[in-house]
Amino acid sequence: MSQYLFLTLALVSVATALLMVLSRNPVHSVLYLIATFFAIAGQYVLLNAQFLAIVHIIVYAGAIMVLFLFVLMLLNLNNATEPQKSNAWKVTGAIASGSLLLVMVGALKGSSAAVAQVAHKADVGLVQNLGRVLFTDFVVPFEIAGILFLAAMVGAVLVGKRDIKL
Amino acid sequence: MLETIQQIPIEHYVLYSSVLFIIGIFGVLTRRNAIVVLMCVELMLNAVNLLLAAFSTYLSDAQGQIMVFFIMVVAAAEAAVGLGILVMIYRNTKSTDISLLDKLKN
Repeated sequence: MSQYLFLTLALVSVATALLMVLSRNPVHSVLYLIATFFAIAGQYVLLNAQFLAIVHIIVYAGAIMVLFLFVLMLLNLNNATEPQKSNAWKVTGAIASGSLLLVMVGALKGSSAAVAQVAHKADVGLVQNLGRVLFTDFVVPFEIAGILFLAAMVGAVLVGKRDIKL
Repeated sequence: MLETIQQIPIEHYVLYSSVLFIIGIFGVLTRRNAIVVLMCVELMLNAVNLLLAAFSTYLSDAQGQIMVFFIMVVAAAEAAVGLGILVMIYRNTKSTDISLLDKLKN
């Protein structure tokens, strides 16, 4: 059962990601990428990582992609007038990324040996366990992430202002 | 024991994440609209996130999922600042074509 779910979600996400890269209209690209993110959230549920699935949907589909769509509509780029790169450049990109795929798959081939003999715990991805780990072992990085968000917020406001008087 | 771990070998997740990552790289190399390039970077971050979560579940170790959480934090900050810079570029050049941004070349 779960292998069929895995295959379906994987095919959907790869197909929508390809459509996102290949479609001319940027608004269509955003919508295809949202579909990809929902398929990836389904993979998280399949991996018993419910907290990540919820956070993924809230952060990516709910915040980041809305921001992208908002900027796209603000700049009025929804007409398909984007200048395209030449076909030679596209073939070069396909060859370069295809050879990187070959190298990565070849290098990561024996990875099942590393995970064969571990006893499975069911509560790893639940909020209770993740919260305990996040607020004990990772409390300093958590606070630094808060500072990073503050810096990003100030930076985004400062960059977006029309004329800055310091 | 989780059904997913018994039925799906970890190689499938490695292959799947690699394909998603490569699609992101292909988009960064071949698209000229800066917004689509940023979206392809988000797709690459997601491929890495998925592989981290898969290994975390297969090894029953919560640290991988905490890493995914921090990558999401950085991705959100990056999207906010990147789109801010993009709006400023559009205000100066009236375009989001990245091939216009080669002033450092000369």
